[in-house]
Amino acid sequence: MGKKQIKELLKVENLKTHFMIEDGEAQAVDGLDFSVFEGEFFGIVGESGSGKSVTALSILRLIPDPPGKISNGKIFFRDKDLLGLSWENMRKIRGNEIAMIFQEPMTSLNPVFTIGVQIMEPLMIHRNMDKKEAREESIQMLKKVGIPSPEMRVDDYPHQFSGGMRQRAMIAMALSCNPSLLIADEPTTALDVTVQAQILELMNEIKNKRKDSAIILITHDLAVIAETCDRVMVMYCGKIQEVAGTIKLFENPLHPYTKGLMDSIPTLTKKKKRLNTIPGNVPGILNFPPGCPFHPRCKHKMPICEKVVPELLEIEKNHLVRCHLYNKEGETP
Amino acid sequence: MNEFKNTKLNSLAEKNKLIRVKKPNNKSLLEVKNLKTYFPVLGGVFRKIIGYVKAVDGVSFFINKGEVFGLVGETGCGKSTIGKTLVRILNPTSGDIFYYAEAELENKNKQRIKVNLAKLNRKEIIPYRSKIQMIFQDPYSSLNPRFTVGDIIEEPLIIQRGKNKENKEIVKDLLKKVGMSEEHIYRYPHEFSGGQRQRIGIARALSTNPELIIADEPVSALDVSVQAQVINLMQDLQDEFNVTYIFISHDLSVVKHIAHRIAVMYLGFIMEMGPAEQIYNNPLNPYTKVLLSAVPEGNPRKKAKKQPLRGEVPSSLHKPSGCAFHPRCPIAKDICKKEDPVLEEKEKGTFVKCHFPGKY
Repeated sequence: MGKKQIKELLKVENLKTHFMIEDGEAQAVDGLDFSVFEGEFFGIVGESGSGKSVTALSILRLIPDPPGKISNGKIFFRDKDLLGLSWENMRKIRGNEIAMIFQEPMTSLNPVFTIGVQIMEPLMIHRNMDKKEAREESIQMLKKVGIPSPEMRVDDYPHQFSGGMRQRAMIAMALSCNPSLLIADEPTTALDVTVQAQILELMNEIKNKRKDSAIILITHDLAVIAETCDRVMVMYCGKIQEVAGTIKLFENPLHPYTKGLMDSIPTLTKKKKRLNTIPGNVPGILNFPPGCPFHPRCKHKMPICEKVVPELLEIEKNHLVRCHLYNKEGETP
Repeated sequence: MNEFKNTKLNSLAEKNKLIRVKKPNNKSLLEVKNLKTYFPVLGGVFRKIIGYVKAVDGVSFFINKGEVFGLVGETGCGKSTIGKTLVRILNPTSGDIFYYAEAELENKNKQRIKVNLAKLNRKEIIPYRSKIQMIFQDPYSSLNPRFTVGDIIEEPLIIQRGKNKENKEIVKDLLKKVGMSEEHIYRYPHEFSGGQRQRIGIARALSTNPELIIADEPVSALDVSVQAQVINLMQDLQDEFNVTYIFISHDLSVVKHIAHRIAVMYLGFIMEMGPAEQIYNNPLNPYTKVLLSAVPEGNPRKKAKKQPLRGEVPSSLHKPSGCAFHPRCPIAKDICKKEDPVLEEKEKGTFVKCHFPGKY
C-alpha cells in the first residue's frame, strides 16, 4: 500500500472460539490472525459453517457462554485488548466504537419498540443525550440512510417497514454513535438485488465519508465482495484460506477453494455451457477433516494434505494463502 | 400416454375442459392465458372481503417442449404464485392453463389434446398432476422428517399407480440418477446436507416421469459451492428425461445460465418476455434494465457506477394506476400514470409491456 502511516484499527491474533455441544466440541474458529486498517473495506467470505459470523461475534464478545467460549487469542482494537476488558468497559465499546449490522433485520429489531426508540437507545447510553436530542438525532440518522419522511416513520414499529427499510434502520442504529469499526454480517442476503444495490451504495458512501473508520463485510457472495471491498479474507472450516487485495484475489486466486468458488458461480457476463463444480459438501462442524480441511474436495490433493495442516504463507506481498501447493518444503521429492 | 383414458376425455370435452387440437403443433407444452390469482383480504367486524392482493394479475405466456423457461422478479412479484397455480396448489381466480398432451382414442389412434388445467376439479386433475411436478425452495421443510428417503420418493408413485413391487426399483434407480446411492433409501432427511436433500426433492419430482417440472428457487437455500452441482444435475436430467423446466428464481445470474426464455415479472405482471440472450443483452423494458444493472458483476475493476432503483416495490394490495412500474420508472411520462400498457410483441419473440420500449 502506497499511503504512509496506515493505522491498524483491529488486530486479531490466534483467535480460537469453540462451542461445547451435546455431540462434542465444535471448533468454529480455529486460529485466526488478521488485521483491519483504518479507511479499509474488509471482506470476509465463506460458506455456511466457515466461522465468519462467529468471528464477528467474537470481536464484540457476543458469543453465548456457555456453550461458546473464546479459548485463545487476542483482539486488539486501537491497542486495547478487547478480551481483557471488563464487561462494563466492553459495553462502552459495543455500539459506540464497534457497531454491528445483523443479517436478519426482522429478528434483530425489537418488535415491541418503535424504530425511533431503538435508535435513541445507544445515543442516550453512549452519547449522554436527553430524550429530545436523541429523537432529533435519530430522525437525522434515518434521513441519512435514505428513509423517506423520517419525521413520521420514526414512530413506526419494525413490522411497518419493508425489508430494505428495516436494514436501513439497522444501519442508522449502527451508525448513530459514529463507530470506528462497523461489522456488517450478511447485510444484504435477505434482500432483493435492487435493494441490495441501494444498501451497498449506502455502505460505500459511509466508507468514503470517514477515512479513519473501517467496515468489515461478511458475506457468502463473492460478487458483493467484488463490488465493495478493498481486501478479502476467504474462510473455510474455521480457518483463513486466503487473504489478498480484492483485485488480486479475483484476478489471481491461489487457493484451490477460492478458484473453485469463483468458477462455480454463474455470472451475467460469462457464458458457459456447464458450471465447474467443487465436488462434495461443506463438512459438518463436528467432523472437519484432518490436515487441510479442504482436501476431500480438492483436485490437487497430495498425500501430505491429509495429515498436515498447511501454514498460512505470504506468497506475494499482502497475498497470503494456506495450501501445500505453495509450500516449498511440503513438496514431495 | 394411455393414462388419459378415453371415456374421461369425452366427459371432459363435453364440459369444455378439454379441446381436441385440429392442427397439432408438437412443440407446445403449456399455454397460459390471462391467468389471475387473487388472495382476498378480510377486514372489519364481519370479516368481509375488503380487497384483493392481486398476486398474479392477468399473465399470458407459453412454454415449448424441452426448454427452460425462467421466471424472475423481486420478492412479491408473483413468480412463486404462478408456479403454485400451474400445479393447482393454488386455484386461479380466472384465466386458462392449457396443457398439451397426446391421448389414445378407441381406435388406437393418437390425438393431440389440450386440457384446461384451470377448469379441472380435484379428481379430474390427478392424472395430470403426474405430468407436472414441482421442486421446492427449502429442502429442509419440503421433505417430511418422519418419512424415509425411499418413502418420500415413492409417495407420488403410490398416489398415481398404487403400491407396487416395481416402485422400490424405480426409487433406487432415481436415487442413482440424482447422484446418491441405493443404501440412502432407508435413511431419514435429517441425515443429509442441504444439497443432498435438494437431490432427493429432484428425485421425487422425477418419480412420476413428468413432462414439466416447476422448480421454485431450487438453489437459493444452498451453499455457493453446492449450487453449481445442483444446477448441473438439473441440466443433465433434462437431457436424460426430456423434461421441460420452469425455473423460478430471484437470482438473475443463475437464470441467465440455465434458461432459454425468460419472463421478467413485477407486481403480478409480466413486464418483458423473450429469449434469454435478447433480454440480458438488449432489455427493452426500463424495469428489466434497472433490475439487471443492480446485479453485482463480480468484477472488482468495474465497481458500481449504476443508478440503483429508488424506492420500494409497492404493495400488491394498492397497485399504482396505469403502468405498475411508473412511480419508480426513470422515464415515466403522463401516459404511464393513466394507461396500463399491454404486453406486445416488439421484436421477434420478445414481448414488452411498456409505453416506451427501448427508450431508456
